Amino acid sequence: METMKIQDITPNDLPWKIRYDASRCTLCGSCVAACSFRAIVPKVERRRLVFSEGDLPEPKARFSAVPVIRQAHSIKNYCRGCGICEKVCPNDAIGPLRNVDNRHPIVTRCLGGDSIKRGGRKNLEGTVRTLDRLRVGRISQMTDPSLDAQRHTFDLLAPFGRIMPANKLPFAVNETGQLAASGQTPPVRWIYPVIIGDMSIGALSWRMWEAVAMAVAYLNEECGLPVRMSSGEGGVPERLLKSRYLKYMILQIASGHFGWNRIAKTMPHMIEDPAGILIKIGQGAKPGDGGLLMAQKVAEHIQAIRGVPKADLLSPPNHQGLYSIEESVQKMFLSFNAAFKFRVPVAIKVAASSTSVSVFNNLVRDPYNIVGGFFLDGIDGGTGAAHEVSLDHTGHPIVSKLRDCYLAAVAQGRQGQIPLWAAGGLGKTGDLAADAFKMICLGANGVFTGKLILQMAGCVGNEMGRCNACNTGLCPVGITTQEPALAHRLDVERAAQNIVNYFLAMDQELKKLMAPIGNSSLPVGRADALISTDRAVAERLQIQYVC
Amino acid sequence: MCRIGAIKSRNYVHPSQALLLMQSQQKGHDNSGFAMVMHDLGGIFEGYKHLPTLSLACTDEGLKIAEDILHAAGFQRVLQWVPETNDQPGLDIITMPNYVFETFDYPKHYKKAEKREKEELLLDMRLKIRLALEKDETGFVYSFWPDVLTLKEIGDPRDIGTYFNLWDVDKRFMAKVITAQCRQNTNYDIVRYAAHPFFLQGYTALANGENTFYLKNVEFQQKLHRGYIGFESDSQCFLYTLHYAHRELGWPLSYFKHVITPLPFEDIEQRDDKDSLLSIRQSLAHLEINGPNTIIGVLPDNTLFTCCDAKKLRPIVVGRSDDMVVFSSEVCGINEIMPDRDWETDIYPHEREIVAIDENLEVHRWRQ
Repeated sequence: METMKIQDITPNDLPWKIRYDASRCTLCGSCVAACSFRAIVPKVERRRLVFSEGDLPEPKARFSAVPVIRQAHSIKNYCRGCGICEKVCPNDAIGPLRNVDNRHPIVTRCLGGDSIKRGGRKNLEGTVRTLDRLRVGRISQMTDPSLDAQRHTFDLLAPFGRIMPANKLPFAVNETGQLAASGQTPPVRWIYPVIIGDMSIGALSWRMWEAVAMAVAYLNEECGLPVRMSSGEGGVPERLLKSRYLKYMILQIASGHFGWNRIAKTMPHMIEDPAGILIKIGQGAKPGDGGLLMAQKVAEHIQAIRGVPKADLLSPPNHQGLYSIEESVQKMFLSFNAAFKFRVPVAIKVAASSTSVSVFNNLVRDPYNIVGGFFLDGIDGGTGAAHEVSLDHTGHPIVSKLRDCYLAAVAQGRQGQIPLWAAGGLGKTGDLAADAFKMICLGANGVFTGKLILQMAGCVGNEMGRCNACNTGLCPVGITTQEPALAHRLDVERAAQNIVNYFLAMDQELKKLMAPIGNSSLPVGRADALISTDRAVAERLQIQYVC
Repeated sequence: MCRIGAIKSRNYVHPSQALLLMQSQQKGHDNSGFAMVMHDLGGIFEGYKHLPTLSLACTDEGLKIAEDILHAAGFQRVLQWVPETNDQPGLDIITMPNYVFETFDYPKHYKKAEKREKEELLLDMRLKIRLALEKDETGFVYSFWPDVLTLKEIGDPRDIGTYFNLWDVDKRFMAKVITAQCRQNTNYDIVRYAAHPFFLQGYTALANGENTFYLKNVEFQQKLHRGYIGFESDSQCFLYTLHYAHRELGWPLSYFKHVITPLPFEDIEQRDDKDSLLSIRQSLAHLEINGPNTIIGVLPDNTLFTCCDAKKLRPIVVGRSDDMVVFSSEVCGINEIMPDRDWETDIYPHEREIVAIDENLEVHRWRQ
């Protein structure tokens, strides 16, 4: 008998155990072929069968070599619980089971000597979300009738760009008694209040990125919803930069500046302005961290778009050389404004934090009217890759921080001048319309979302440790991988169609929420429409407490 | 549903006309109050049009406080009129001890001051008096402005009329523009300040309806101007928006409608002046209203106007004769005081226009 080594890894140390029923298995091999993590392997077991052939018991033993499927005992090839094996098995012979006794956080660090990295959202399950403690409680009644969501027309648009206070508008009354602009104002785009959050080409498979871009174009051109998509930091394919679809893209630049060389070079050939520029300072899922794209995801086309070799691509946690809000961010903004000749709004995205309001206040007082939006990203947002410790243990919830920023603007009489956009776990329960509506009532002009978009396309990851392998390049559903075989698992048209359909449903639901409170335009800051049965939440957010 | 009304006349009219206008719509009242603002005063105030008149309901102590404040600031009283009251038993009215209308001359060092400077002073004085009277509820100051007089009271409008002898025409108490409402605000406790119409620096506004964007409006207006205080009613916001757009920003009246009920984006896109309309919509998104409303307003030059919410959920009709124009929530109000007019010329303003009556009683209809 082999000596037992108790410190060896067994499936019981891992987060998921494979349930396998050899009697149902036809050994078709589908599960092994489909498992992108190599977490299951074919193996031969030696089986002993005792049998008796005569009239009286005469036990004999027969040994045979039986092929079976076994779980890999490896911290590299551990099962992520994605359930693809279960999906492809024709006989329901196999599937992952959550292992409550797992020692994964300990053994992985012990054996790897390295931090655990993964994608997805925060996996420490919190309590009920704050947004779920809020309800729409002010319903229009007899003297103030609610609207018919089916028949009434709604103005579901939010500003992206610096809004001038009315007394600073360059207006003059002309001889006909009309107000006419006598100077320039910063560019403002009125867009759908739900932006598809920044997910880079590189983080996403090219097919997923294409699906999102396709969905956005379709929503704009066929459905009349002016939805915008942020490119993420990875750059944009040249053909798209030169196309008329660029107007639906918000180009992002982060500290890595990935892809911007190509964007800058393509500027003379652009026939449309982009919808905006988003400067990423921080991300809610891993505040204080930079971008992280593992070498295994840096495929050839990513190398081409970003102009990099195949290596881990790490964006620094900050923009090098930019150390004060007042000067450095403005320098950046000025250069981007100048680059696009002041025709394109420039916004920044920061991670929600105890200091976010200070940053916001500084920007609100910006005398150059440069800052075209304040994107605030909270703790429940997702990411393609991060250290697990950052994902689980850093960050700040979005709801109260958004409210703080809005009320800070109110205190200065400057609400709306820098549009507030918020994200971080919105749509986590699948109901983005409700989350967006509540955030808007609390003061957001609009919201953005990333992780939910992936889930629309078929992402199987969740906040209880399922999958979350976006960092590995082995995404089993082809969303966050650059492996051609895996990426081709994603049906681009179906993914785009799902996104379009979700937005259409959400649009209808937003109207179903606006109609009862009697609003035909977005109820930004209408906190009086919300109530909470939780006194602490009500007090913190300054809304009505009900019981 | 509230009922509102307004009269603009070539000749001076007595408030009894306003009472009659409102009384015929009585089913729309809850008999919780009556209030009116009179512009372009006649009678005993006719000779003092250039001097500010204080409209005050107060206790004896309140009157002393108010007068002391004004005297200390250098104002000198030139006229005082205390309406005779008819305190008969059984009247449904919650009265204050004194109703005082006093006209003052400006302090000596303001005699040569610019008009704007004087106007700021008058506002400051009113705010100061209001604050002083608020302490022990010793009084309510509604307006302190040249050629303007305000009366507000809690109770049954008919009895309020009786109490102030408003049913009998008294040539000493007349005006060419009178706005009135027979109802208190339903959203809040009944307080004297909550009754429409509201007044600020020559601007009067009253409304029939709700303001669903009240919170947005208030949060924004509180920081816009020191005079934007109170907010006892959700309709008070309309006055401040009117004051801000017309006086503070200096925009023509036609843009008031663009501020409170901006055109849908797709309509703005079709307009030649889309740049300025979009800028207005962007910059003043927090002054938008989204509820059912009809607004009646008076400008400092005595222009009377009305406009509605974008859904046209509250009625208003404008009736005319050669000498008089009357706005009323219901046409029966106009029938009451202008039975001989040509009703075919009545105007029913639609959801995208402002109807304004200028000094010559000419009607202007501005399509938004």
